[in-house]
Amino acid sequence: MPIEVNGKTFETDEEGYLANINDWEPGVAEVMSKEDDLELTDEHWDIINFLREYYEEYQIAPAVRVLTKAVGKKMGKDKGNSKYLYGLFPYGPAKQACRYAGLPKPTGCV
Amino acid sequence: MSESIKQFLYLNRKAPYGTIYAWESLEVVLIGAAFDQDVSLAFVEDGVFQLTKNQDTSAVGMKNFSPTYAALGDYEVKKIYVEKESLEERGLSLDDLQHLTWEDEDDDWAEKDSIHLVTRSEMTAIMDGADVVFSF
Repeated sequence: MPIEVNGKTFETDEEGYLANINDWEPGVAEVMSKEDDLELTDEHWDIINFLREYYEEYQIAPAVRVLTKAVGKKMGKDKGNSKYLYGLFPYGPAKQACRYAGLPKPTGCV
Repeated sequence: MSESIKQFLYLNRKAPYGTIYAWESLEVVLIGAAFDQDVSLAFVEDGVFQLTKNQDTSAVGMKNFSPTYAALGDYEVKKIYVEKESLEERGLSLDDLQHLTWEDEDDDWAEKDSIHLVTRSEMTAIMDGADVVFSF
């Protein structure tokens, strides 16, 4: 189902992931999170931006285990654990945060 | 879950583009790495081209997925075997390949080389030692 962001329409796949990663703008994450009744804080944005940088470098959305470890390395052990990440993204940090970031569903997620 | 950890070897023999084998193999590796397996990758014949630096796919209209090989370390894939003879037969050397590393969390994130150059006979032994070989 396409989503509306600031008057623009964005195509998504059947699971709500953005069809074209290059379309992404921060408003996409705002609209998607509002639909999930989630308010995005700086902590959420740290993860979303981190995922976008990861994709830019490696051309894949990381599996949750890989994300957890990479966040731990970059932002410290207190953030690189699943409790912290699931606290921010209750539907699963890889799936939900990747969707907000405009990335495809992580490879290996079923 | 299974009682023992199996040794999986993913054998890559084809050039990166033109067929889907190389990308499929990489995707299966990334998916499989989420499970408790001992994963190794082997590159022989035209498969060695998959690891070359500076790939440019703009003319063939396929996504350049070569940056993804650098993520293998994050997925705990630390053993990448490249056959020396296959490189030489194609006028390539280790310097033509990406420098792939993994970071050892127990060693203050020290970067360690993932790629191991092996001879054809060593490669035979590696294949022989694996519990399961997936050929792509």
